[in-house]
Order: sequence, then C-alpha cells, then structure tokens
Amino acid sequence: MAAARGDTRELAISSHGLTKRFRTGQVAVDHVDLAVPQGAVYGFLGPNGSGKTTTIRLLLGLLRPTAGSHALLGTPMPLGYGAVLPRVGALVEGPAFHPYLSGTDNLRRLDAGDRTVDGRTAPRRIAAALDRVGLGAAAGKTYRHYSLGMRQRLGIAGALLRPRDLMVLDEPTNGLDPQGTREVRGLLVELAEAGTTVVLSTHLLSEVEQVCTHVGVMHRGRLVAQDELPALRARTAPRLVVRTTDQVGAALVLTRLGLLAVASDGEEVSAGLELVEPEAVVRALVHADVPVRGVELRAVGLEELFVHLTGAGFDVNG
Amino acid sequence: MSTGEATQRADVVGTPVGARQRGTLARLVRSELWLIYGRRRNWVGAVVLASVPIIIAISVKVTGSQDADSFVFGRITENGLFVALAALTVELPFFLPIAVAMISGDAVAGEANLGTLRYLLVTPVDRTRLLVVKLVGIGVFTASAVLLVAGVGALAGLALFGGGPLVTLSGSELPFVAGLGRLALVCGYLIVCLLALGGIGLLASTLTEQPIAATVAVLGITLVSQILDALPALSAIHLYLPTHHWMAFGDLLRDPVDVGGLGPGIASAAAWGAVTTSLAWARFTSADVSS
Repeated sequence: MAAARGDTRELAISSHGLTKRFRTGQVAVDHVDLAVPQGAVYGFLGPNGSGKTTTIRLLLGLLRPTAGSHALLGTPMPLGYGAVLPRVGALVEGPAFHPYLSGTDNLRRLDAGDRTVDGRTAPRRIAAALDRVGLGAAAGKTYRHYSLGMRQRLGIAGALLRPRDLMVLDEPTNGLDPQGTREVRGLLVELAEAGTTVVLSTHLLSEVEQVCTHVGVMHRGRLVAQDELPALRARTAPRLVVRTTDQVGAALVLTRLGLLAVASDGEEVSAGLELVEPEAVVRALVHADVPVRGVELRAVGLEELFVHLTGAGFDVNG
Repeated sequence: MSTGEATQRADVVGTPVGARQRGTLARLVRSELWLIYGRRRNWVGAVVLASVPIIIAISVKVTGSQDADSFVFGRITENGLFVALAALTVELPFFLPIAVAMISGDAVAGEANLGTLRYLLVTPVDRTRLLVVKLVGIGVFTASAVLLVAGVGALAGLALFGGGPLVTLSGSELPFVAGLGRLALVCGYLIVCLLALGGIGLLASTLTEQPIAATVAVLGITLVSQILDALPALSAIHLYLPTHHWMAFGDLLRDPVDVGGLGPGIASAAAWGAVTTSLAWARFTSADVSS
C-alpha cells in the first residue's frame, strides 16, 4: 500500500465508460471517464441535475452501473469495497443522521459499522472529529435541534472519524454561513496538504477557484471537460479590455475587427480575443483615433468558462 | 507516505489502516440494540404491551368475575400464572404483531427514509452483514416483547392471586415450577411464530423507503391472514397462512404436551421466515440505494 501511495501517477479515482440508466429510461450518467490524480483537489462541477450525485453514488457502490467500470485508490469497485471504502470519507447528498440521537451518539453509530477501527478508540476519535468541525460544544445536543449548518458540519465530522486517503464531498458548504464556509474551505486545504485526495462536488465556482487544482465538468450526464484548472482556463480565449473615453468608437473598431461578445462597462470596452492578435487591435484603435488609456488581457472567469462548457448555465436539466 | 507518518497514522486508528478488527459484528449489534431500546417510541409501545396483563389482573381481582367459558381466564384466581397466559392470548392477534411490525418495518426502510442507510453502506457495512444485524435486532425485540407481556403478567398475577399448581387442558395438575416451565415454552413458541412475521416485515422494509408503509403492510398481512383463517370455505389454504398456527400454543398446556400441534406451527414459521429473509437478502443485496 505504501509503495502504491508513493506513486504519484496512480489515480485516486478512475472510471471507464461509467453509465447509469435508470428504470425510467433516463440516462443520468453517460460514459463518464473520470481521472482524479492522487493528491488532487478535484472540483466536480455541473448544473443541478447534471448527474454529479448519481456519479458519486456509482463511485461509492450505492448504485450499480448499467455499464462501465471504476476503481477507487487503485482498487476495482464494487469488488474491493470492503478494503477500500474505509479509506474513503464521504458526504453524499447532504448529511443524514438519527434525529433523536446526539451528535456524539450519531457518530458512534456510524463508527460501529467500520470493521477496521478499534472501538476502544471511538470516544477519542469522535471527540477529535467534532472538534475539528467546530461542533465540540454541541456534541451532546440532539441532531433534531441542530441548525442546517451544524448538520452539515456533523456530516463532515462523520467523514473525519478516521484518517482517509480520499474524501468525496458533495456540496460540503451547503447551508453554511460565510464563516462556516471559510472554515470548511480551510479544512479542505488542510486535508489536501496532508496528502488526502479531495473530490469536491459543488456549484459554487468561487469555491473551485479558491481550492481546486483539477476540474471536471458534468453536463447532461456527460463529462464535458476534465483537466487541471489552469489548462482548462487556457482553453478559452482571454478577453481584451480597453480603457478609453470614447467607448462607442472603441466598440465600433472591435466589432469591425470581428471580435466577439463586445461589451462596454463604464470606462471599459471588452471583447473576446479569439482570432485577432492584441497588437493588431491596438493598432486599429490608434488608427481610428480612439483615445486609448490602457489595454489589458484578462483571463476568462470560471463562471464564463462554465457557461461556455455547459451552454445552459445553471438551468436544471430534467 | 513515510514510515513515520505510517506509524502515526496507525497510532490514531489503533491498528494499520485497513486491517480488520475483532468483535466488530458484536459492536454493530450492540449499536443496533442501543438504537432500538434507546428510542422513546419503542418504550411507549412496551408500556402499552405491559399494561394489558396489569389491567387483566386488576379487573379480575376487583370484580371477582371470571369467564367460566374460557379455560385461561377461568383459572386466573386459582393461579396467578394464568394472568400471563391470558395476556398473551389477548395480545397475540394484534398488539404483539404491531410491536413486531413496527420494528421490522423500520429495519431497512427507516434507515433509508432518514438517509442513514447510504452512510452505513459507504462506511462500509456489508449489505448481508447489515441484514443479519437487523434480523438480530428484530429477534431480540420480538423476544423481549413476548417476555415482557408474560413476565409482567406472571408478576402481577402472583402478586394478586398467588401461585399454585397449574391445571392443564387435559385436567391434570402440574406443580408450580413445572407450570412456570410450560409458560416459558409458550413464550418460546410464540417468539418463533412472531419471528416469521418479523421476516415478512424485513422483506417489506427492503421494498420501500417508507417505514410506515412497511409496518402497515405487515399489519395488513396479519389481519388478512386471520380473517381468511376464520372463513371455513377457505380451509384448503388455512395451513399456509402465517397466523394459522399461532393459537396452537394451547397444546403446550396439555399433559403430556401435544407435539403434533406444535410441529406444523414451527415448520410453518421456519418456512415463512426462510422464504422472506431470503427474498429480503436477494432484494437488498442487489438494490440501488438512491435514498
């Protein structure tokens, strides 16, 4: 195991042609080839209903794939689930606990199912997990009386009951206040620094921009893009931003040059720089007597990239 | 991963990551029982079950009236143990099945409904292992429900009417201790019968994500079975009804015990239990968990 972990080329998650067709005929996951490198913080993006959660359920063995295969930490699933799942911490579709039990008791219940941990160390590990998510003070309170944010934290604590090599977190900051969101983000970075591979399913692009090294984008059940974040960004052309006092004239020049999506915002006029060199644009602007105060190349934001890839933006795909 | 880190990691978990510990099934069973017996709803059910023998004992004591037509009720004032038998007779058609239906219907569907099922499965708890644990929980609860009724009945009866020799259905008299033994055998037989119902409940519980639906289904089956059992025209199928043999516990009160009536009951319960738990296993180990 130690040798396998030292091999950085090994994938924490790999899938080939993973497909799930429900009995209704709906294809929720369609030939998905995931490749999550060990040590990565992998942002799993997609609009609501794009198949993220179904993919996670397939990966964890909750659903049977219609076709395809996958492996977690180099272990083929679902065959090796008994050996590999203890090394995987998961938060799937929100937290779920017994309402009439306290936070501590709920974690004790969960821990009792793990065949690879020593029951005698449970109280210590449970207390540590609760402290780590900031629930130490509310450990004895019944789950029913937890706020949405506290429930989310307890779910994360459940994934932290023992050291993990892989964490699969489905919308971990859902329902958290800004302070809680920051804390969870800090926790993710901490985990990643300790060598845990983190898969973060989310629709919050800022979250991805701040913590992720890799991104996979789901759309209508298909993985439409998967790469390192900078590489993915480089795929779409940057925008050229011109600061000028004559926005109308500048916009005219940019349009005439064939630049796409020309937009003006206050002093700035911007456009997608797909086919034209920036030098040529500046030359044309000067030639047309447009007063140029500054020119800047701006990388495309992840949100625009996302919209570009999924087309629909955040629409729900039935 | 460095050796130092590995040692540290091992220290946190207690043993190297991935190594299987001993006594983990017992730990999960304890957790299951603690979940069942820690639930207020189940204690309310227990109070209802236990109140019946107390009501019987007090009402007979206060009014002094006895149902001369009923063998069991007619002998309460002679021997307190008959309060236990009377309570079991009264609770067998409905109250005890409710208790079994609540626990067994909740077994898998309850966890699915809360969403805790997916977290148990990714822990991972093997699906077969989870079913075994759920069956043990149903079994222990069923046994405790029957023993609670019998125990409270015996205590209340002995307190109000005292002990004494037990008159059998055959007319002979058994010494008090032998009578206690017969009561224990009756409990054992009823536990076996009700366990078959628990198997039906476990199966229903794997077919839905609504625990109430599973519970209602088990109760429905119990009642329909008793109704069909009462229709002489359907005597051809009576033998195969899950509730048909329940009242055969009276054969344990004969002298000597009439084994001929009990054998089919135990065989029927075993068959119902085996078929339903096999189906539950086949269903649950292949089911998609999308709750």
